[in-house]
This record gives sequence, structure tokens and C-alpha cells, in this order.
Amino acid sequence: MTDSKYFTTTKKGEIFELKAELNSDKKEKKKEAVKKVIASMTVGKDVSALFPDVVNCMQTDNLELKKLVYLYLMNYAKSQPDMAIMAVNTFVKDCEDPNPLIRALAVRTMGCIRVDKITEYLCEPLRKCLKDEDPYVRKTAAVCVAKLHDINAQLVEDQGFLDTLKDLISDSNPMVVANAVAALSEIAESHPSSNLLDLNPQSINKLLTALNECTEWGQIFILDCLANYMPKDDREAQSICERVTPRLSHANSAVVLSAVKVLMKFMEMLSKDLDYYGTLLKKLAPPLVTLLSAEPELQYVALRNINLIVQKRPEILKHEMKVFFVKYNDPIYVKLEKLDIMIRLASQANIAQVLAELKEYATEVDVDFVRKAVRAIGRCAIKVEQSAERCVSTLLDLIQTKVNYVVQEAIVVIKDIFRKYPNKYESVIATLCENLDSLDEPEARAAMIWIVGEYAERIDNADELLESFLEGFHDESTQVQLQLLTAIVKLFLKKPTETQELVQQVLSLATQDSDNPDLRDRGYIYWRLLSTDPVAAKEVVLAEKPLISEETDLIEPTLLDELICYIGTLASVYHKPPSAFVEGSRGVVHKSLPPRTGSSESAESPEAAPSAGQAAEQPAVIPAQGDLLGDLLNLDLGPPVSGPPLAASSVQMGAVDLLGGGLDSLMGDESEGMGGSGFTAPGPAAPAGMGAPLGSGLGDLFDLTGGVGTLSGSYVAPKTVWLPAMKAKGLEISGTFSRQVGAISMDLVLTNKALQVMSDFAIQFNRNSFGLAPAAPLQVHAPLAPNQSVEISLPLNTVGSVMKMDPLNNLQVAVKNNIDVFYFSTLYPLHILFVEDGKMERQMFLATWKDIPNENEAQFQIKDCSLNADAVSNKLQGSNIFTIAKRNVEGQDMLYQSLKLTNGIWVLAELRIQPSNPSFTLSLKCRAPEVSQYVYQAYDAILKN
Amino acid sequence: MIGGLFIYNHKGEVLISRVYRDDIGAVQLPVSVHVVVTSLWPCRRNAVDAFRVNVIHARQQVRSPVTNIARTSFFHVKRSNIWLAAVTKQNVNAAMVFEFLYKMCDVMTAYFGKISEENIKNNFVLIYELLDEILDFGYPQNSETGALKTFITQQGIKSQTKEEQSQITSQVTGQIGWRREGIKYRRNELFLDVLESVNLLMSPQGQVLSAHVSGRVVMKSYLSGMPECKFGMNDKIVIEKQGKGTADETGKSGKQSIAIDDCTFHQCVRLSKFDSERSISFIPPDGEFELMRYRTTKDIILPFRVIPLVREVGRTKLEVKVVIKSNFKPSLLAQKIEVRIPTPLNTSGVQVICMKGKAKYKASENAIVWKIKRMAGMKESQISAEIELLPTNDKKKWARPPISMNFEVPFAPSGLKVRYLKVFEPKLNYSDHDVIKWVRYIGRSGIYETRC
Repeated sequence: MTDSKYFTTTKKGEIFELKAELNSDKKEKKKEAVKKVIASMTVGKDVSALFPDVVNCMQTDNLELKKLVYLYLMNYAKSQPDMAIMAVNTFVKDCEDPNPLIRALAVRTMGCIRVDKITEYLCEPLRKCLKDEDPYVRKTAAVCVAKLHDINAQLVEDQGFLDTLKDLISDSNPMVVANAVAALSEIAESHPSSNLLDLNPQSINKLLTALNECTEWGQIFILDCLANYMPKDDREAQSICERVTPRLSHANSAVVLSAVKVLMKFMEMLSKDLDYYGTLLKKLAPPLVTLLSAEPELQYVALRNINLIVQKRPEILKHEMKVFFVKYNDPIYVKLEKLDIMIRLASQANIAQVLAELKEYATEVDVDFVRKAVRAIGRCAIKVEQSAERCVSTLLDLIQTKVNYVVQEAIVVIKDIFRKYPNKYESVIATLCENLDSLDEPEARAAMIWIVGEYAERIDNADELLESFLEGFHDESTQVQLQLLTAIVKLFLKKPTETQELVQQVLSLATQDSDNPDLRDRGYIYWRLLSTDPVAAKEVVLAEKPLISEETDLIEPTLLDELICYIGTLASVYHKPPSAFVEGSRGVVHKSLPPRTGSSESAESPEAAPSAGQAAEQPAVIPAQGDLLGDLLNLDLGPPVSGPPLAASSVQMGAVDLLGGGLDSLMGDESEGMGGSGFTAPGPAAPAGMGAPLGSGLGDLFDLTGGVGTLSGSYVAPKTVWLPAMKAKGLEISGTFSRQVGAISMDLVLTNKALQVMSDFAIQFNRNSFGLAPAAPLQVHAPLAPNQSVEISLPLNTVGSVMKMDPLNNLQVAVKNNIDVFYFSTLYPLHILFVEDGKMERQMFLATWKDIPNENEAQFQIKDCSLNADAVSNKLQGSNIFTIAKRNVEGQDMLYQSLKLTNGIWVLAELRIQPSNPSFTLSLKCRAPEVSQYVYQAYDAILKN
Repeated sequence: MIGGLFIYNHKGEVLISRVYRDDIGAVQLPVSVHVVVTSLWPCRRNAVDAFRVNVIHARQQVRSPVTNIARTSFFHVKRSNIWLAAVTKQNVNAAMVFEFLYKMCDVMTAYFGKISEENIKNNFVLIYELLDEILDFGYPQNSETGALKTFITQQGIKSQTKEEQSQITSQVTGQIGWRREGIKYRRNELFLDVLESVNLLMSPQGQVLSAHVSGRVVMKSYLSGMPECKFGMNDKIVIEKQGKGTADETGKSGKQSIAIDDCTFHQCVRLSKFDSERSISFIPPDGEFELMRYRTTKDIILPFRVIPLVREVGRTKLEVKVVIKSNFKPSLLAQKIEVRIPTPLNTSGVQVICMKGKAKYKASENAIVWKIKRMAGMKESQISAEIELLPTNDKKKWARPPISMNFEVPFAPSGLKVRYLKVFEPKLNYSDHDVIKWVRYIGRSGIYETRC
């Protein structure tokens, strides 16, 4: 029997003939005719005209014919809704047929006919079928609820089908349970808020029982559903894990991956001290490796997932490097993925093997693969320091092959190696220069130019080399142009005598003949920098660069955690959250790993939490192209590292300052390098005027009313916005400083006003007048979701390095998160530095007062304060300003006070209060008169709040 | 879940199209792509076309088995020149979709043999019926061929009695969905095939870079009733567990036991029992099925060792010498031995001398193929060849693909031994002794390569 004959009829009167055959009395002929109709339908012919005739064939007890007619109905009902009604009666009747196969068929097909009018009639039969005695009908009806929900969600809710569906989770038949779970999961996805899948220990137990008995597909539905459950404690998590682990031996890879998902998720809750935790880790490796012997398509899915798992828990597969070696016949997509995982697993222990493999791959045929292999060699060098030398020599071997794209790729990675191990492998530069002519890709050219510029002093003919690139300047890509500009400026700063002409040429090319604003701006900046202050230019352009970090291409931890919750699904294949590729509300529910429990978490294995540790130290990545400022300074986007003068601190001032004179003064200040407390050094004289230069800054900070009451501890100013969201890609930071029982802290509120999740926060301060520094890393425990705020109190100490700032209480702060690094500056109130033992002996006070020369005395007016002397005294004492004596002279109250700063500077004060006059007069005497003004500001702020 | 399933021929014409969800209809094609719409299902044209234009007709090699075009994901597998594609707009379980596509291929093969355009056209009604049954609203349902055959109407099953009907439904949805009740054989018989493929990657110096055996235990059972089976092999963990009781046995069998890295089982095997007791117990489907798959990496017997020697003599000549050594009991015979020695693309002529078998230079495959029908264990054979090269300006060096080898040996390179397969059928009056059992071991080469 062959059906292909049905495809061949293309006669003109076909429809008419079919009509006649459909109405034939003979069953066989009818069946043949329906088959022909369906064949026509498949190849795209319009046979909707036959609708009534086909529907007429529906009333038959022949199951085969019935199935064919149903197939036809499913496809044409939507285009002919009115006629579809004709079929309803038969459907309803079939739903009561004694044969369960027909009942199920009817309810299944009805659900597929997406016509509103029909859905109304569907409700009653569906209700009956959900309670049918036959499990086959029930399992079909369960899916039908999901179908109906897709057409008309309201109807499903009104009719109470959801409750019936929930009841089916307790059904005696495993397949019914599985389908009910699948249907409920899907419905729940479109109602993220509803608690449809009310998972509790009892229902979980039922699911786990059904898991042992149902089909492979059912097991997948159940495991995927289990993965959404949040166990209440680690014991429950462990018991679920124990019952899920047998699934790792299933022949169906999807069952295995879904089980891995459940285990990976619930492992978060298990303490690492548990023996069971270790056992589980061991159990996970073999099934993951076995997935690699599946068909290539599944291997691909598995590899994409393993890529995530290796990033999340590198310990699982760290001994399995060999299985990721590429086979000659692997499809290219499998090869590329394996390569990625190999690099992630590379370590000192296996690097020799890995390198030998990579070298082998670099001679393969597929260009993409070869490029990736070459790049991988570079990444190995950066990751495993011990191997760097071998990697470099391997790369040199590859350059000798003279295969164009291999050479180019090798040069790009060698640039990164230079960044990681400066002054170590420069001997290879000569070899690189030989290949200058063969470079035709922008990235390789840019990398080569960077190398020449960076090491200009070692390359004799650097000027010639760069000049040769200059000839076709306007034909180069932006990347190359920018790099060339910087390189020539570097060259000029290193060898100013010979290259003046060259630098002028490139500057004029960049500024006058170019339409590219980035290039032009950079040109102007250099030009200006060079003409105003070549010394400063040198410090900026030739600043020491931070080293690049080992791991690149890591998935951002919050995204990684989310993707772990999606193991096995498309999201894990694309490495994107579902919202990136799913339309509408489905699947947009944000999933997250359960919070970690257990005490030993902070002592995690260092590999497990590379991102967190790294962030605190020095988050530097291979530079993103096109960030002008970062690029300009040849700095990666990281907070400044100690060592070179903080070029980055100038960044917060914005480009305006760079162009103006700001830079000069900044560099000047820095070079002075104030040692010690620095207050005796002849700094800029403290302005005598009252806060004129501070007008905006401090005024804003302190003039705010409605401050927080200070019941205990010193006065705390209300929080102000330090870093507006607009300037920081959606991160808003507001905060204030406080001092309580001797501890200084910076109270911050971080608000995420962007659409993406923020994580990996870290903070650093620039050197400042009083050595303020964070006493602990910035700890933001959970990633910050969009529109969320988090309040953090960052403890500070005063043991950081000291540099005099202007204004004195200026604090420059760098905050990093997963998106970028942001800089801002703020002024801190001086009273946070007033120490608790600042009360001076009376005699001592008098002696000191006399001892300090009169020119060190400063007088200020505190206006509009209506407090009496005692209240003032009390208030000030709260902030560690101590009243030593009180006198009444001619109706005026005189308060003599003392305070001490964290760095040991004493300040003595005389406060004159006239009962009738709301203006107080404050006289301050101090050996370091620069602070007086700021002490006054502190007085003013404390008294007015 | 799966929104639709399409089967295409190599030209990109749709042979089968089954849509489960409406959302996949609206894939928009890039305007620049000019598409001649031939014969397609009217309303799904867009999704169907998008796949054809972007994947089947794509110029370069397929870069991923999953493609996302206009927010619609296409999963595809290819069998000979037929493409099967599953389409979805949701975040589906990707592993499940591929497993399903393979299963779909298995089911079709079980029904009408090879998956070819002709067979698909000949059986399109059957395929639609199958698709209706094994995928409901995009959710895979029971897809065991054994069960399907009882109620898929397209191949002759006409009427059922009431009892039969309920038997079918309970089987399809039940715990043992893969076997029906009431099977009877006069002769209870079973066949076990241990099929192993041994994979090797060796460096030119003879260092094993990676080696593993992936094995399958295929069972063909002709047993009456609902037999409960228990399968035992020389699994190290089991042997050691038992060995604790009797010290003697450890001495004897301990050596012969093998360490299995990992194994997976047919869904009939009770996994929780394996997990707790490491015993393999099951009620088998009727006929042939794959009981388990396993992988071992330790103590593998590598049946052959390939020793290559390639010497470049000037720019236009290569001298190749390859020695193969068989490394197993002299009483055993390896068969279908084939050694494939790649030659450069610019080869102009080859002279071969071999001690045994036949060797030929196949220009179309860029390789010297050396075939030996049979070879006993502990023997050695050699081939030497002189390859003349045309001078080229191609700067790129010849990549030197590895020398690969094919063979078949009558033992299991992993060392796996079947210890027992016990059959219990308490309801029927036959016992384990009455069942005739056959066991066979076949070791084949998987990817068996030596770099040169």
C-alpha cells in the first residue's frame, strides 16, 4: 500500500471529483478520498471547499477514517468557523463513546480546534473526560486543559478546571500525573503570580513516586517541575536529591539533564561539609561525560550546558579534560564548544596535554575552529602562568607557518599576553614585525600597532613601522586609526626628538581630515595635552596599565545562576535568559538559585567563587572596544590600582576637566605627594571667606532640612544623591556618613534604575586627607534586581594612605559593578573624625590656647540658631565636641570647647552665645588652621539639626 | 513546548507539516531574501520558509543544530537527505526536543524502514497518525513502538473488543508501557549481544591521548508472559561488594572485574534499584531493545596498535610506513580490518607495498586504503608507500589528518563479561532453566585514530 499516489493528482476538476468520492457509499472509496484530500492539504493546495463533505464522513465507527477526518478538521476549522460548528455534535457524541480510544481522540482533537464557538461546547465533555475511568482519556484531557487555557484562560478558571487538574496530580496513573504536571507548569508560566503549582512536601512526594513509574517524557515534565520547587531546608533538599540521582542513569539524555538541573539547584542548599555533598559532586561527573557519546545534536546541547556547569562548579569535571578533546569527525559546532570547555578546565596539572591538543587543532581545516584554537593558546598562557613560555613558543611556531589567519590571530593573543606578563616576552617582537605586511584584519593590525607603540623604545624602526601604517590612514577602520593615533603619541613621548613630524602628521590627520568624532576628540585631547604639559601627558599616556585578569568570557554570575535554573532548555543553549528570545509573558519569570545555607560557605574553594574574590581585588578584563576614556588612558575599566598616580581619579571630573586646566593642577597635586598628615606643609591657604568655594557642594549637603534625629552617637546628615543614575548606567548611589561609638561608617543606598540585574559590587577610595578607607569590602549579598534598592553600611577606618585634597574633606570614590566602573566625589562632614577622647584638661586647654599663635585663630558666625548654651553644649557633646568650661561674661555665654581629630590634631573653640541674638560667634584655634573652616561647617551642621 | 514539526526533502520542500501551536506561524523573513513559494501549507508558510532559507539552503556548513530566526527556534536533525525540524517559540527543554526527534526517527524506521523521501510520501497518513499520538499539544507522549503498534490504525488493526481496548489504554499509560500482556512463545529464548566500540586517539609516539569503550548490551527476547529478568555482569562494584563475604571469590574474579565509568539504561530497568543495590532488574519489551549503554576508560584492551612513520623527502615526495600489531589472544581472529592513511591533496601518484591484504590509493578520498580480511592475535603486518607530490605554491602546510582504523574482534575490549541473566515468570510454568540463552561479544572500532 503506498500513499504517494495521492500526491500526484493535479488535474483541474480534482475538487469536483473528490467531492463525489467523499459522498460515495463505499467505505473504502471514502477513505481513499479523504486521504487524497489530506495529501493535497499537505502540499499546500486549498481543499477547504470540501469542508462539509469531509465533515459528513466523520460519523463513522471506523477509527482510521475518523482520525483522518479529525486531521482535516484541525487544519481547516479555523478558516471556516461556522462550518466547524457542524462537527461539534459528533465530537460531543464521541466523547461518550464506549471505546476509550475514541473518547480520548475526540477530546484531543476538540482542543486543537481553536474556534471560540467550539470551546464553549468543549467544557462539558472535558469535565467528564477529566474524571473518566480510563487513564488514557484522563491523560489526554489533562493536556486539553492547557490547550483550552491557551485559547481562553478566563473560561478555564471560571469552569474550575484548574482545581480538577490539581487533583490529577494525585492520580493513581503515573502518565496522568506527568501530563497534569506539564499542563499546570505551562499554565503557571503565564500566571507568574498565581500559586497554581502549590508545591509542598506532600505533593513533592507524590511527584517523586510518579517519577519512578512514568514514561521517559513524563519524567522530564516532573523533573522540570521539581526544579522550580524551593525546599524548606537542607534536609529536604538532600532527600529530594537522593531520590532524583537514580535518574542520572537513564538512557534519555533529557531525563539526565533535567535531573542534573534539579541537583545543581538543590546543591546550593547543601552544606559543603556534608559527606553527601561530596558524593553528589562525584555522581554528577560520569553522566555528564556520557552525554558526550550521544548523537551530535544532543552533544551540542550537553556541551552548552556543561559550559555553564563548569563555570558554576568547576570541581565537578576538573579531572575529565580528556573527554573534551576534539575528534576529527566531530561536527564543527561540537568542536567549537569542546574547545571552549577545554580552556575553562585548563590548569597547571593538565596544561601540557591541552597545549599539545591545541597545537594540533591549529592545523585543521575549518578557519573558525583554527582561529579559536589559536586564541585558546593565548588564553592558556594568561590563565596558567607556568605555561606562558610554552604557549608563546607554540604561538611563534604557528606564526612561522605563515598561514594568514593563524598569524593574525596569534598576534592578537600575543598582545594580551604582553598585557598579562609585561617585560617578559618582548624578545618575540622582532618575529612579529616580520609579519607586518600580511596583516589585513583590523583587529590584528590594531594589536600589532599597539605592540609597536607600547614597546617603541625597544623597536629601532618603530617610527618607520608606524609611518608605513599612516600612509593609508583614512582607509583603516576606526579601531586601527585610534590605535595608531595613540601609538604615535606614545612613540613621541618616548622619542620626542625624532618623531615630532610624525606626531603632527597624525594629529592633523585625526583632527582635521577625519569625520569620526571619537577619533577627532581623541586627537584634540592629545594635542592639547601635549601642548600644555608634556609631563602630564606622559603620565597619562604612558601610565602603567593594570594587568588583565585570567578568566575572560565568563558569564556574569547572576546570569549564570539564572541559566543554571534553565539547564537543558533553550536558554541554556543560547546562554541567554528566556526573556531574550521568548515573546509575551511566557517564560519571563525570573528564576534564581536558592540562597546558600550552611556556615562554611565563606570558606568556599577558591575556584568556586572566582568572580567575587576577583572583583574586590582588581576587576580588569580584556578591554572593550570603543570606550573612549578607558581607551584613551590605556587603562582598562577598573578602579585604579595602587602604584601609579591615580590617573583614574581624574576621570570622575569628566572630560571637561581633562581639557581644561583641571588636569594640570591635579597632576601637580599628586606629584607633590604629601607625606604624613600633611597639615604643616604649605598647602593652599584656607579661604577666609565663609564657604564661598564650597557653595554648592557642602551647602547642598547640609542645608537639607528634616534630618534624621540623633538620639545617640554623632549627628548624621540626611542621605543625598552622590551618583545620579543617569551618569552611572542606571546605578544610583546616595549616602551619608556617620560615627557611632567610635566607628565611622558610610551609609549607602544603592538603587538599580536600569533594566538589568546588577551584581559584583566593589568600592575603592582614592587617597584622601585623613586616610579614610573602607574597613571591609562592599558586601551586597544578592544581585540587585531592577528597581530594587539596598542599604549598606560600609565601615571605614582612617589607616589608608594620605594625600591632601582640595577641599580638604573631598573624597573620591570608585564603585564597580558588573556593568562598569563609576567614579564620583563627595564631601564628608568633618565631625565623623572627631574622636571620643577629645576632652582636654582645663589647664592644658589654657596653655594650648595661649601657645597657638593668634594668626591661627579663625572666627565664624553661626546664624539662626535659637538654642541656649546648655542645649548647645549637649548637642555638641553628642558629636564629640566637649565643653570644658562655661562662663558668663556680660550676659553672653562663653563656651570653651575642645575636640580631637582621628589623626591627633586638636582644635580648641570658643563659642559666644548671646541670649537675644540668634547668631553665635565661633573662634577656632588650631595648629593646622586649614581644618578650621571644616570644623566650623561641622558645628554649623550639628547645631542646625 | 514543541509548536510544530516539519519534514523536508533535500530541496527544502515540505513533505510533512504538523502544527501544534498557533504561535509559530508568524515568523517574518528578512525582506531581502527572495523566496519562490512553491507548494506549501498556506498559513504556516513563513515558519517553513524561514527554515528552508536559513538552514537547508544556507551556503555554509550548519553552525548549530538549533537556529533562532526571528525569535523562533528551529531544532533539526538530518537523516540521509531528509530534514526533520521541530519549531517552537518558547523556552522548551532542548534536550527533550532532540531526544524526541531521534525517537520519531526510530518509530518511523520501525514502521517503514529507511527514512527516505519516497517512504515518507508512501506513508504520510501513517506519519500524521503517529504524530497525533506521540505528540499532544507539543508534549511527547508514549512513543514505544511496541505499544504504538497496538492502536495505530494505519497498518491494519481494525476492530478491538472491549477488553482489548481497555488493555491497550492501560498499557499505553501504565507502568509497563513497553510490553503487553498475554505474549506466548512455545520456545522461550533470549539473545544477548554485547556490542562495544573502542575509541582511541594515539600520538605518533604511541602515547594514548584518550581511549574509551562505549558499549551497548542489546537484548532480543522471546519470552512468554511478564517475565522478571535480572542481569549480572562483572561490574567491579558488585563483585567487590559480594567479595566481602567470600574471600576466595575476590581473588579469582577480582582481576576480571571491570570498572564502569557510567551506564544508562532502557526505561524498563528499575533505576532506583540500580542506584541502591546496583542490581539490574527489569521486565523486557518483546523483541529487540537496547538494555544498557556503558562507558569504560580503564584497562581497555586495545586490539590494534598502529605505528606510523612519515618522512618528507624534499618537496615532492613522502615516504610512509605503517606497522599494525594485533594485541589479543592468538586463538582469536579479527575481521574486516581497514587502515586508512590520508594523503596530501596534491598527491600525483602512489606506490604501495604491503605484506598482507590489499592496499589501494583512492584519489577521490585522498587516502591509501589498506584492507585485511582476517588477522589473528599477536601478529604484525606492515605497509610502505611512496607518495609523489605535485609542486604547489600553497603556503599552507598539509594538515596531516590522523590514520584511522576499522576492525571487528570477537571479544569485548572493555573486558565486560555477562555473568548471568535470570528469568522469573511466576505466573507461567516455565523456569529460568527452560529459557535458551545466547550471548555474543563483538568489539568494533569506533574512532580509532593515530596521529602521524
